[in-house]
Amino acid sequence: MSKYLLDKFLFTVDRDPELTERYREDPAGTVTWWEQEMANTMLNCIPAEKTTWLAFTDDERRALAEHDHVALFQMGAHPFLTLTLFIAMFERDHGPMEYQRAYGRAMEHISMPYPDIAT
Amino acid sequence: MAELAAVIASTHHPFYYRASTATGADRPPFADEWVAKIEAFRETLTRAEPDVLVMVGSDHFHQLWLDNMPQFLVGKAPFFDANFHNEEREFGLPKMTLRGEEDLAAHLLRDGLDRDFDLAFSNELRIDHSITCPIITLRPQADLPIVPVYTNIFAPPLPQPKRFVALGRAIREMVESWESDKRVAVIGTGHLSLELGGPRQFGEHGPDPEFDRKAVEWIASGDIEGCLAEVSLESLHHPGNATHGFMDFMLMMGVAGEGAKADHVDTLDLFHTMEAYFTWYPNGVPSGSGVSA
Repeated sequence: MSKYLLDKFLFTVDRDPELTERYREDPAGTVTWWEQEMANTMLNCIPAEKTTWLAFTDDERRALAEHDHVALFQMGAHPFLTLTLFIAMFERDHGPMEYQRAYGRAMEHISMPYPDIAT
Repeated sequence: MAELAAVIASTHHPFYYRASTATGADRPPFADEWVAKIEAFRETLTRAEPDVLVMVGSDHFHQLWLDNMPQFLVGKAPFFDANFHNEEREFGLPKMTLRGEEDLAAHLLRDGLDRDFDLAFSNELRIDHSITCPIITLRPQADLPIVPVYTNIFAPPLPQPKRFVALGRAIREMVESWESDKRVAVIGTGHLSLELGGPRQFGEHGPDPEFDRKAVEWIASGDIEGCLAEVSLESLHHPGNATHGFMDFMLMMGVAGEGAKADHVDTLDLFHTMEAYFTWYPNGVPSGSGVSA
């Protein structure tokens, strides 16, 4: 599990309007590009100071590429990050609160305790 | 020495700005009641005539990140820019700039470290809606200098609830020992029961009305010991996965003091959370105040 990297993806895509649109339109391509170019970028450092070891598992890569917010929740991705990014991408396609409620209903089968979000 | 003019605790619902400014068909049915409650709440700060605001909140993965996450952080800068792109996007929050009070920030950092709180500091902090929402509700003219105090209620591992109470007690002592003739209000925002990104989100009420009822009673009566006896990092998962923000209310109970009955208590049951508003006057209710518990 690389919960930190899942969160890093969600964090960096949510805060950048261009990346948010890119992930909405081309999820698989954005995940592939991001893992190659961004995953090992230290956010406060110049590119030469990249780290070397961060990578998604196959399941994590698939969940991100398929916009599968339920799987991301079950993997322990931080739910605030997933929610805000997915609202940014998909609320526009629905009526008021419709997307947010459907988002919750898709997780009705999940009971307490929820997956651990500690990284 | 500085005077603690008011202690104020509230929720920080980011939709208030949009709801209160909406007109016509866009204005939600609960907006007028919400605005009326906020205006009464605002008056409790206005009557305290503060010069400086210490503002307790929590960054929501806007500037602070998991590569270097502080547990408690004091902002020490001459100015603070405020609100981020994704808050403007989701909530329509305006960009803001607030003045800082560096002398009080330096005092909190020095004295806090000497009281064994390992406080982080930031000389370039962009603050988010946990602090701008109470500016919008309580001081919309945004004319007072602030000292932001950020807590980690968001990225486990979190400090224990008792640590939040202890920091609140220390903040009160430190404000009252600040060598200044200023009147200081301490304002903090948190959550009652709240679920975000989980199956119980955005229901008809908050996810756990029973927790909300108990929480409001703990805060309104200053029942710190009763609250600490029932609340733990583990138990706070049950009322909703974002309920750890309640620990910022516990911090504010620490500022107000054990057994301190709030001078103003109000709530509003919104569609997915209960809003709650509390004000204490440590040196007595200002004359002419219409506040009531």
